[in-house]
Amino acid sequence: MSKFKTKKGKGTPAINTSSLPDIIFMLLFFFMVTTTMREVTVRVQQRMPEATEVQKLDKKSLVSFIYIGEPKNTKIFGTNARIQLNDVFASVDDIPEFVTKEREARDEADRKFITTSLKVDGNTKMGIVTDVKQELRKSGAFKINYSTRKKAQRNR
Amino acid sequence: MARRAAPEINAGSMADIAFLLLIFFLVTTTMDVDTGITRKLPPPVENPDEDVDVKERNVLKILVNSHDMLMVDGKHSDVRLLKDKAKDFMALHPDNSDYPELTTRYVEEMGRDFPASKGVISLKNDRGTSYDMYIQVQNELAKAFNEMKNEKSVELFGIKYRQLVDENKIKAINKIVPVRISEAEPEDIGGGL
Repeated sequence: MSKFKTKKGKGTPAINTSSLPDIIFMLLFFFMVTTTMREVTVRVQQRMPEATEVQKLDKKSLVSFIYIGEPKNTKIFGTNARIQLNDVFASVDDIPEFVTKEREARDEADRKFITTSLKVDGNTKMGIVTDVKQELRKSGAFKINYSTRKKAQRNR
Repeated sequence: MARRAAPEINAGSMADIAFLLLIFFLVTTTMDVDTGITRKLPPPVENPDEDVDVKERNVLKILVNSHDMLMVDGKHSDVRLLKDKAKDFMALHPDNSDYPELTTRYVEEMGRDFPASKGVISLKNDRGTSYDMYIQVQNELAKAFNEMKNEKSVELFGIKYRQLVDENKIKAINKIVPVRISEAEPEDIGGGL
């Protein structure tokens, strides 16, 4: 403690960090807005096939998902492809009820815009997919979307 | 000069709290966008026995068997050739009896008639076809139609279909180049896996 030491010190002045929380908050709000929480745990394998001519599925709130594929836990559920609606395995007969419930959960004005997204594993056989499609046709859910990953384009 | 202000609340840990929340949302965020091929299913048929007569020349039959092999119009084929075949089939060939018949369709948005092909692409798959193969076929067909739309758009408006902004123009192109894919009714409904 020298008598001559100035109060300000000789080092570089500290950077003002008072705006740091604001910056962090900005980032925080960005992530809060973009976050979509996963509502269902997918219990079937999902290795989507690749395609080049894909369209974006917008209006996520108007999309209902049907997952089809080999169960992840093959020891308990076997290796046959299964349908998953919401959180549980289901059979083809449960689809009309599922479609009705999904429809009821939406606004009346939006009901005709509901898209059913089929998230099907690439190794699944078409038989089960065809059955699901037939059921969807009967229940009047005509707009469907085959979920695929976008393949990088090579020859264009 | 030096006035004593009321003691401020220490906001130094504010950043830490915000960081904590930030990291939580960072971890839970899933940024994947859902993409896929959108199709419209036909309404269920009322009389399954009633067959609609379509002339042979107006249909391009695509069959996929359980070994993921492709047959186009009775001949063994490859997925890579499918796009060009579909495009060639749907293109307008006046006065050629090997290709679909032509008709004219009035397009409101353009205010005039356009020649259109009566051709339909019929897709039929076995229950044992893999979904992967099915998507590949659907993708090739989508590619064929998208390319045709693009060409038409460049011809009429000078820009690509994807770059069109005007709703009416998009509608017009969709009417001039309709996506005519028909999926056959599955014959063995109720069969096991």
